[in-house]
Amino acid sequence: MAKVYEPEGGSEANRPSPRGASSPAALVRAAPDPAFTVTFDGRTLTALPGQSIAAVFWAAGILSWRTTRAGGEPRGAFCGIGSCYDCLATVNGRPNQRACLVAARPGDVITTQEGTGHADLAV
Amino acid sequence: MPTSPSDLAVVDLAVVGAGPAGLAGAVAAADLGLGVTVLDAGERPGGQFYRHPAPGLRAARPEALHHDWEAFATRASRLEAHCRAGRVTHLAAHHVWTVVRDAATGEWLLHAVASGPGGEEAPAMVRARAVLLATGAYERQLPFPGWTLPGVVGAGGAQAMLKSGLVLPGRRVVVAGSGPLLLAVAASLAAAGATVPAVVEASAYTSYARELPALVRNPGKLGEGALYGGGLLRHRVRLLTRHAVTAAHGTDRVEAVTVSRLDRDWRPVAGSERRMPCDALAVGHGLVPQLELATGLGCATRRAPDGTLALDLDPAQRTSVPGIWAAGETGGIGGAQLALTEGELAASAIAYELHGTPRPRRAAALVRRRARLRRFADAMAAAHLPGDGWTGWLDDATLVCRCEEVPAGRIREAVADLGAHDARSVKLLTRAGMGWCQGRMCGPAVACLAGGGPAEDRRPLSCPVELGRLAQLPPSVS
Repeated sequence: MAKVYEPEGGSEANRPSPRGASSPAALVRAAPDPAFTVTFDGRTLTALPGQSIAAVFWAAGILSWRTTRAGGEPRGAFCGIGSCYDCLATVNGRPNQRACLVAARPGDVITTQEGTGHADLAV
Repeated sequence: MPTSPSDLAVVDLAVVGAGPAGLAGAVAAADLGLGVTVLDAGERPGGQFYRHPAPGLRAARPEALHHDWEAFATRASRLEAHCRAGRVTHLAAHHVWTVVRDAATGEWLLHAVASGPGGEEAPAMVRARAVLLATGAYERQLPFPGWTLPGVVGAGGAQAMLKSGLVLPGRRVVVAGSGPLLLAVAASLAAAGATVPAVVEASAYTSYARELPALVRNPGKLGEGALYGGGLLRHRVRLLTRHAVTAAHGTDRVEAVTVSRLDRDWRPVAGSERRMPCDALAVGHGLVPQLELATGLGCATRRAPDGTLALDLDPAQRTSVPGIWAAGETGGIGGAQLALTEGELAASAIAYELHGTPRPRRAAALVRRRARLRRFADAMAAAHLPGDGWTGWLDDATLVCRCEEVPAGRIREAVADLGAHDARSVKLLTRAGMGWCQGRMCGPAVACLAGGGPAEDRRPLSCPVELGRLAQLPPSVS
């Protein structure tokens, strides 16, 4: 039988439950293709093939990767399906990418998006 | 792909969306001999309901997160067979942003943005004789203090992230809001290893008792409920009815929620508050039909029993605009089984209209099934209609519009002092609903605070489109 994936580090939420229930990966008996890494604000994170950038963050216990334009409040994934635009991130220098929709790719450089993500335009 | 609309080959039917309704419609239409193009925003067919892990995650049992996976799997493999045979073209990762009628030919032009793997975008266009809108729904949200904290996520959002990415937002997840989706979400989260201390449901499930006739005619639905119920019992999840999460607490992320008892109108009962520690909250108040393409075309709407606007459809699944059909949640929230049924019925009606193809023998049974499922859906929708008193859990500082950061106080001021009585006036005065999500998250709440009914979607573009793309549109199609 294929080996069931168990994340090495990251969030406790995604490790198998101590009550023996399961982890999401164990529930569907996932045996993913080899993992790869991306960086978030310089920190290295493990990603699995096909996971969205938001899923990579949740797997690492990270819930926010944007600050709002007016209040500077932290935000992350909310609707999870591309409708709310709260999960915007800067991916490889491109701001305003919906992290819940964009699949992570090996070597992606992701940074917290501050405000509109266009501070360089000085408008 | 041709860039001029006049160079495009015309297909019989364009289906927008590959969730239960679109998938069933596309497969049934191809079975009946129509040439079909499916445009879907997702990478893989299934929509939100049948969302499943990417192939690279190698899930041996994706059905562990689904009910009735078989209904999807059979149709998905038939779709593939039709694609191989050239009867269906499946355009994945294509988000249709507008549908326009070509006045010269009476045909429909669908404009889409195709997303590449790195987020790069390209334009795409499809010309069709008929259109089936199967655009599904998104979650209805009602704000409360603290709902913008990281870790507060949509109930459907938590489910979607779990189904596709195999991740959880936290270890101890409170599920709250209203509607049958909450039970499914709680059962999935618990099965995937999360602790769910409670499902906090604002309405009383006992109100279904009044709808016993509809329930009795839906043994399948009862079974589904029992399945969720059984899963919840096994994981020791408490179901608190007539309760709501009226505040979330934390600084950088949610650490606890306040749960309050509600009166019949959903007004929080003073003194009933209790604090429940958690590291995530999955919240939602049912679903809202996604109608911008339809309303952009001028399709008539009706008010559904859950207070949302849905398309007004005839028994053949036709909208009020000739040539435009709809199926699934667009015609009123009713779940996947109803969507599958409606998609198939729409396909047979379209095949009859375009080619005179006789209705398949099973159509009569599908019509009966649709009536039965719709009655049940309407009974549930009525039971989960938000009570007027929910606004009692908002303080003036609570952000209602997440994108433009507009607090409830500014909206109340626009209504009380500036005379705004509908969502549109509130938007013009406060910017609520004017941001990235175009009012999808705050729309129902703003309409309620303004005192008017639900506002019709007015989004000429259903997703962000670069100005250059708009400038390239040929003038003849507008």
